[in-house]
Amino acid sequence: MATVSLDHGLILAAILFVIGFVGLLTRRNLIVALACIEIMLNAAGLAFVVAGARWGSADGQVMFLFVLAMAAAEVAVGLALAIRFRQSLGRLDVDDADEMKG
Amino acid sequence: MTTLFYIAAAVAIIATVLVITRSNLVHALLYLVVSLFAVAVVFYTLGAPFVAALEVIVYAGAIMMLFVFAVMLLNVSADAPLRVPRSAWIGPLVLIAVLLAELIYGIGLTNHALHAGEVGPRQVSEALFGPYVLGVELASMLLLAALIGARHIASQPAVPEAGGPTDEGGEA
Repeated sequence: MATVSLDHGLILAAILFVIGFVGLLTRRNLIVALACIEIMLNAAGLAFVVAGARWGSADGQVMFLFVLAMAAAEVAVGLALAIRFRQSLGRLDVDDADEMKG
Repeated sequence: MTTLFYIAAAVAIIATVLVITRSNLVHALLYLVVSLFAVAVVFYTLGAPFVAALEVIVYAGAIMMLFVFAVMLLNVSADAPLRVPRSAWIGPLVLIAVLLAELIYGIGLTNHALHAGEVGPRQVSEALFGPYVLGVELASMLLLAALIGARHIASQPAVPEAGGPTDEGGEA
């Protein structure tokens, strides 16, 4: 069975990470920003799995599981914050957050 | 398997680009689901079927369902479409293109082949509950903290309109 090379897997992870980063820098919507953070975390997990597959070891997949748990925790708190943000400010534009006091 | 990897990689990249360019929030989230499915196929071709299944169940299932529920709760479709001015893309795109070129150069085209066999759920579980068991405990604490924190944040009553500085004391 022919296999993929390590570099192509890592380059895919780098491209996905960079796309998520561009989205985080340009989009002003809070939910899209959270989705972009998800893209970046997923790309980081992909890099872990690719590196683990290089040596045929399970450590990369274990690290992906930890990234997964962290992403789930982050998105739960982030979406709760988005709901509160929307309730108090009426919009989802992250630029409005500079009006919050305290 | 190799062609499967490249096709899934192309789908993942295109879907992710569409995520950050759509102005309709629901469309962007659905493209994100497509991207996560494509990454799951990539995991499968890399010999990681357990992680591929988890990607579909947890990422594309649970996390994206959270996103869609938040969008429905917030009634975002009543908002104006989320257009970004074209000029806002230029600066980040140029800088990130340089960064990506550096990354690809750093990774290099040395053609290390990946390990041929697949690493199944059994090996992953043995590693997870062997040397990494402390990490599992930490992850469980993190998830519990996130659960309590999300419950606390989302259930606060709406902030009163202007001039109530004393009511904010309850928020630690």
